[in-house]
Amino acid sequence: MTYTPDAQIADDILGYLDTHENKTLLRFLTCGSVDDGKSTLIGRLLYDTKMIYEDQLAAVERDSKRVGTTGDAPDLALLVDGLAAEREQGITIDVAYRFFSTEKRKFIVADTPGHEQYTRNMATGASTADVAIILIDARYGIQTQTRRHAYIASLLGIRHVVVAVNKMDLVDWSEDVFDRIEIGFRKFAGVLDFADIVCIPMSALTGDNVTEAGDTTPWYDGPALLDYLETVDVADRGDERPFRLPVQWVNRPDLNFRGFAGTVASGRIAPGDEIISIPSGKRSHVKRIVLGDDDLDEARQHQAVTLVLADEIDSSRGDLICDVANPAEQSDQFQARLIWMAEAPLLPGRQYRLKTGNRTVGASVSTLKHKVDVNDFSQKPAKVLELNEVGVGNISLSAAIAFDPYKDNRRTGSFVLIDRQTNETVGAGMLDFSLRRAANVVWQDLKIGRMERADLKNQQPAVLWFTGLSGSGKSTIANLVEQRLYDLGRHTVILDGDNVRHGLNKDLGFTDADRVENIRRVSETAKLMADAGLIALVSFISPFRSERQIARAMMPEGEFIEIHVDTPLAVAEARDVKGLYAKARAGEIKNFTGIDSAYEPPVDPEIRVNTVETSAEEAAERIVAYLDARGLLEGPSFHGGL
Amino acid sequence: MTSLTHLDRLEAESIHIMREVAATCENPVMLYSVGKDSAVMLHLALKAFAPSRLPFPLMHVDTGWKFREMIEYRDALAERLGLELIVWQNQQGLKDGVGPFTHGSAVHTDIMKTQALKQGLDHHGFDAAFGGARRDEEKSRAKERVFSFRSAQHRWDPKNQRPELWNIYNTQVAKGESMRVFPLSNWTELDIWQYIYKEEIPLPGLYLAAARPVVERDGTLIMVDDDRMPLEDGEVPEQRMVRFRTLGCYPLTGAVESEATTLPEVIQEMLLTTSSERQGRVIDSDAGASMEAKKQEGYF
Ligand SMILES: Nc1nc2c(ncn2[C@@H]2O[C@H](COP(=O)(O)OP(=O)(O)O)[C@@H](O)[C@H]2O)c(=O)[nH]1
Repeated sequence: MTYTPDAQIADDILGYLDTHENKTLLRFLTCGSVDDGKSTLIGRLLYDTKMIYEDQLAAVERDSKRVGTTGDAPDLALLVDGLAAEREQGITIDVAYRFFSTEKRKFIVADTPGHEQYTRNMATGASTADVAIILIDARYGIQTQTRRHAYIASLLGIRHVVVAVNKMDLVDWSEDVFDRIEIGFRKFAGVLDFADIVCIPMSALTGDNVTEAGDTTPWYDGPALLDYLETVDVADRGDERPFRLPVQWVNRPDLNFRGFAGTVASGRIAPGDEIISIPSGKRSHVKRIVLGDDDLDEARQHQAVTLVLADEIDSSRGDLICDVANPAEQSDQFQARLIWMAEAPLLPGRQYRLKTGNRTVGASVSTLKHKVDVNDFSQKPAKVLELNEVGVGNISLSAAIAFDPYKDNRRTGSFVLIDRQTNETVGAGMLDFSLRRAANVVWQDLKIGRMERADLKNQQPAVLWFTGLSGSGKSTIANLVEQRLYDLGRHTVILDGDNVRHGLNKDLGFTDADRVENIRRVSETAKLMADAGLIALVSFISPFRSERQIARAMMPEGEFIEIHVDTPLAVAEARDVKGLYAKARAGEIKNFTGIDSAYEPPVDPEIRVNTVETSAEEAAERIVAYLDARGLLEGPSFHGGL
Repeated sequence: MTSLTHLDRLEAESIHIMREVAATCENPVMLYSVGKDSAVMLHLALKAFAPSRLPFPLMHVDTGWKFREMIEYRDALAERLGLELIVWQNQQGLKDGVGPFTHGSAVHTDIMKTQALKQGLDHHGFDAAFGGARRDEEKSRAKERVFSFRSAQHRWDPKNQRPELWNIYNTQVAKGESMRVFPLSNWTELDIWQYIYKEEIPLPGLYLAAARPVVERDGTLIMVDDDRMPLEDGEVPEQRMVRFRTLGCYPLTGAVESEATTLPEVIQEMLLTTSSERQGRVIDSDAGASMEAKKQEGYF
């Protein structure tokens, strides 16, 4: 029926307003492949709940004649199917939100048309939905897509599923057909973590079992779709779980008021309750719960409030205020499930921004464990995650965050990944568990050593020592290597002989003593850099074996990599990029290596590159390949324990 | 305590969105249009940040043709609540005498509203602007994000929107780029009215029926709000009991005949009508530019 006002409206508008003020909210998602009847179903729900006005229906009737598929009857799909209109305008919908309400509930429908971007769109719609309606065309039964829809719904933590077995009118309302589909669905969905599955035989076209039971299915004694949607309990006792309030904004109008504003992620809280703020570990009691001009007796899941605490504790955006008896963990290393949403694939090691509900930190995927084929739930090895792929990996953050596993809390266990260059949202993730055992609430005075610092950067420290004649190509190659490492998400620093002499060593000349001091300082600096967790690239003529030996001795075994940039004197002199050889030959520069001072080539360098036979690019490639082969480009070796 | 109602949930979601902007954007602004959706948005903002003052200013893009009562209401409100209010007008447009009667509704709206809005945002360097648009208003909005990214030219690219999951909003923009933020995305017309009623949110009197001078043109009742309105031959303004369903430029906003002088009566009338909401707005029936195209150009 088109919109027809409730009789109560004319007689008793105040009574009507009171009733409707007390509706609850349900968000659900519809998933189906093209032509399963999804648009028709949503159109049917809107129409049967009288959300459609006469003029809108008239427009649909007009369009039905032109593009409809339902003969003389209005094609209800056109009510929601922007597609016709969109196609004409050359625009695609990804996720559209529709609204309707009954006396009991207001509904927000996330509608994701099934096309190539499906995983990304469905995940987006599912992230805020409590119920998923999975459409199946009765004629075709369970399809690959059905599995995919069920998997994504479960991945995003939807606990309640309706299997809408649609187009039952085309299979003569056969109980047999329906039973086979129901049994098949329940069988494969057994491994997915749904709290309840309801299968409903229906026809979106005729409306049977959509808003009301039809007489076509005497053998079916379950609810009609709308009955189910109006009554399903989706709270999953969210306000009985441990209290969590992610601090979103600190409210500090003057010295007399200091409040922590945020949306309650789970649980409930009342004045007098004791809380703990993570990560500080500071405890206090709730003094007031403020919302606008009011003080509340209680706040519960989903409410956006401002907490005033009894003590002046220092909490800021990004913190998580928790139930003192049941606080959240914190960690900077996680296993997470990831959904990739960008054209450029997810590259392990690459740096992204990770944003949770109230916090943004640096992050990279240290290892990709596998990807999941969303059609059959099988695991496949993966080096990268492509657009619309789902995978499991370890992620490493630049700072610890407070969290709960996603299965326990969708708000404190979820995140998105943001590209640092483009600012696009490129991925979404769900935290499974922390990879560190020491994820204590109370802040430990951890001793931070070089491995901890390197861990944070998710890499292994090293010193790459480039030695060779002036003009041999050390800096060029070192720069190329650094570029590659940067692209791989590695943290690096370059110490260049010439540049160091302008700053740190600008008080030194070229006497023997000064040369030794020069190299000592550079070696110490390189060591400090490596201790900070960096890969230091030192590009230094360093002509004497003994000096290089001193530098090597400072570093742990295996972290000093000597690279001899081997260019014959004649070639370097012929290049003479900086015109130094000419000056040296003319006697304007004294003690110039190769001219009037010796160069002692390394006897057994880790790497020797011959710049006459190899290009600088090839040389850089070889060096990176060497590091890779030695395992130096891998993430940390969780010595903190798994 | 019984479970949260749909209005509680919508309220909380909107407050969350506003706080996220306040916490992460450098220079936000709230676009305030004086209408009922703006009234709700402002009420929610006051709630979100109380007892602090709003951590952003309000900006009203004044086309110069708004109902006089809107302007009076706006100024009194800002005064009463101590709000920081920026009134922005396209000065060049004013100088050129752009108006709906001389230039037509499309040109007027483009220059005095769309262009003016972009100017105002650019002038103040706002990186986030709250708007009161709802997804139920028309089809192209149904798919727009809550945080809607705009290029430095204020363009919306519907094909390239950021995925928006959970209540996590990506607010990162480069210099010059900005976001339009729609905290009322998930509210419907009825939700807005119910919330206004429940929270006793004040509205301009234009929403209530009163005797007003109107003329009927092409089936639309236009209020003669000042003497800039050229009357056609034989047109004589007559006093009729009318109210407005939306507030905009008076020559472009149709009145509806009504006896509803209280808020519940207005809601009652609205619920008793059987046609969709926007038929009061003359601009929507202008041929040519679809809403989609207008939005890509930077219309809100
Ligand atoms: N016989 C029958 N046809 C249906 C039913 N539901 C949808 N259809 C038709 O199936 C076709 C595709 O429906 P549509 O809603 O556009 O599918 P969508 O691509 O999933 O949105 C249209 O021709 C509909 O009229 C149904 O229950 N029974």
